[in-house]
Amino acid sequence: MTPELMEAGARVREAMARKQGDGTGQSGGRRASYGSVVQEGVLDTRHGAILYLDDITVSFDGFKALNALSLSISAGELRCIIGPNGAGKTTMMDVITGKTRPDAGKAHFGSTIDLLRLRENEIASIGIGRKFQKPTVFEQLTVFENLELALKADRGVRSSMFFRLNGEQLDRIGAMLSLIHLKDGAQRVAGLLSHGQKQWLEIGMLLMQDPKLLLLDEPVAGMTDEETERTAELFLSLEGSHSLVVVEHDMKFIGELTQNGRNGKKVTVLHEGSVLAEGLLSDVQANEKVVEVYLGR
Amino acid sequence: MSSFQSKSGKAFRLSVPQRQPLFSGRVWLLLIALTVIVAVGVPVCALLLPEGHPMHLSAYALTLIGKIMCFALAAIALDLVWGYCGILSLGHGLFFALGGYAMGMYLMRQIGRDGNYQSDLPDFMVFLDWKTLPWHWAFSDSFFATLLLIVLVPGLLAFVFGFFAFRSRIKGVYFSIITQAMTYAAMLLFFRNETGFGGNNGFTDFKRILGHPIATPSMRMTLFVLTGLALIGFFLLARWLVGSKFGRVLQAIRDAESRVMFTGYDPLRYKLSIWVISAVMCGIAGALYVPQVGIINPGEMSPAASIEIAIWAAVGGRGTLVGPIVGAFFVNGAKSWFTQAFPEFWLYFLGALFIAVTLFLPQGIVGLVRRLRASAAKAEVKA
Repeated sequence: MTPELMEAGARVREAMARKQGDGTGQSGGRRASYGSVVQEGVLDTRHGAILYLDDITVSFDGFKALNALSLSISAGELRCIIGPNGAGKTTMMDVITGKTRPDAGKAHFGSTIDLLRLRENEIASIGIGRKFQKPTVFEQLTVFENLELALKADRGVRSSMFFRLNGEQLDRIGAMLSLIHLKDGAQRVAGLLSHGQKQWLEIGMLLMQDPKLLLLDEPVAGMTDEETERTAELFLSLEGSHSLVVVEHDMKFIGELTQNGRNGKKVTVLHEGSVLAEGLLSDVQANEKVVEVYLGR
Repeated sequence: MSSFQSKSGKAFRLSVPQRQPLFSGRVWLLLIALTVIVAVGVPVCALLLPEGHPMHLSAYALTLIGKIMCFALAAIALDLVWGYCGILSLGHGLFFALGGYAMGMYLMRQIGRDGNYQSDLPDFMVFLDWKTLPWHWAFSDSFFATLLLIVLVPGLLAFVFGFFAFRSRIKGVYFSIITQAMTYAAMLLFFRNETGFGGNNGFTDFKRILGHPIATPSMRMTLFVLTGLALIGFFLLARWLVGSKFGRVLQAIRDAESRVMFTGYDPLRYKLSIWVISAVMCGIAGALYVPQVGIINPGEMSPAASIEIAIWAAVGGRGTLVGPIVGAFFVNGAKSWFTQAFPEFWLYFLGALFIAVTLFLPQGIVGLVRRLRASAAKAEVKA
């Protein structure tokens, strides 16, 4: 059968299923056994995974920053990634967000979207938000304007020229300002914020985009203990509605996020560009190989 | 996003003013006053008052101010890309010159048979022994087509150049260097007689525009008023652009381009848009400049000419819209006074000015005024 025929068949099936009423249960019901039409640009997490990296290799002048890295993140999961310096954590984020093209391998967002075909801004607009290691905000703009730019809206040039905030959007910015504890600083220039406040602002900007997957590169670096605690709370509250990948050095923060393994969250250890171990924090910490390369004993 | 309510659960209303109006009432009044002065006051002073009257504007002063207004328009155009989007172009003189050449071609054809050789062709073509007009002069006898060319030629060139440069993510000093190379290459091209733009003499000796003689006081006045209105109009357009969300995206690109990209904006489109708008503004400035000064030659494309535009913007204060206007008037005003009073010292003065601005006035003249005002306000509070 030609692909066209297959697609036509799938469309007929879908139309029929719609007519017969929705017979789908948790397992996908009767429809699960039929093919479905690939909808371009729509995130499909019916197979459970929101991010799927397979055999990704990146080399810079012969040095393999990533070496056949495979990783899968489930929809709604909060995953912590640790690893010594140079393990490839940031390079992995670069690959996912389109900044670096891998030499080999596959990267998919959901089951259908091939990330390697998209540019940075396209990846951002299909729902992957990224926080940089060094807090990056628009320093000359006010906190409010920073959030306004991040607000989910048409990213085209013309619509930006004629853009006006409506009441609902204003409320969203307001809610975000109180969430990131910058309510009183809304009209301050972002460049004057403290390091921790910039981190929070950047996280707020990410959330304004309403992403489905958040990549957070050392989100609590430079934060006070109290701020770190609040950040952990925030991330845990996002879990479920969002998927999060947190790269962190701070083992205390990882401990807070995973409640030292009690909430069943997985931790992935990267080493020399590939996955060294994966599992509960307590298991990982007990793993001999991990102890050797990372925990430094 | 309702799940992100604050913990206290109290509804929190944001007390943020919706987009501020374009200008405060006082600035609008000032602008209207300026428009009236340009459109009514100056013509009255120049045409109706007798010569020797203290308010009488000489033809020299009129042309000088008209010329500087064209420069101010070019400086605003450069500031839109440099001050607001962080793209320093050292090739804006090319767009200025292309607009000027488009206008110049029309003015050359308007000479008709009044040239030295009494030919239908412009003099330099007769001199080169050409029998027919080259293809690129095809539309030069239509004023309407000329207006289109003034917009399209700089616009298209900027689009193509910008598309490839921005797509390859050429930034910072590398971009400045290739814009400089671009204008230099164009200058060499226009220097050649074979290119068909009059070689190193360029175009001059214009006789009329739209059938009216060009060197009369009333024509000079018309051009002056048009230039003034264009300057005010483009100032308003620029103000609207930088005040919109589009303008804030531009500033965001200037401050953290990667963040802009990972927020879902395509910097290429934004940069290309403002780059083309800026080039077109510059082209229009050049087209208004040529009939007033009566000459256009490849010298306008020299790297130094483009750098001068950047100096005007820097001296006045980049990242503001009033700054480039102030800078253009200050530097060019000083230039015309110095070159008369102490001709041999002008270049020293220009150099000293540039050093002084870089060292003491990083925000330019406008920044200095702001600082003085802020300290005055502080003193008032203390008293």
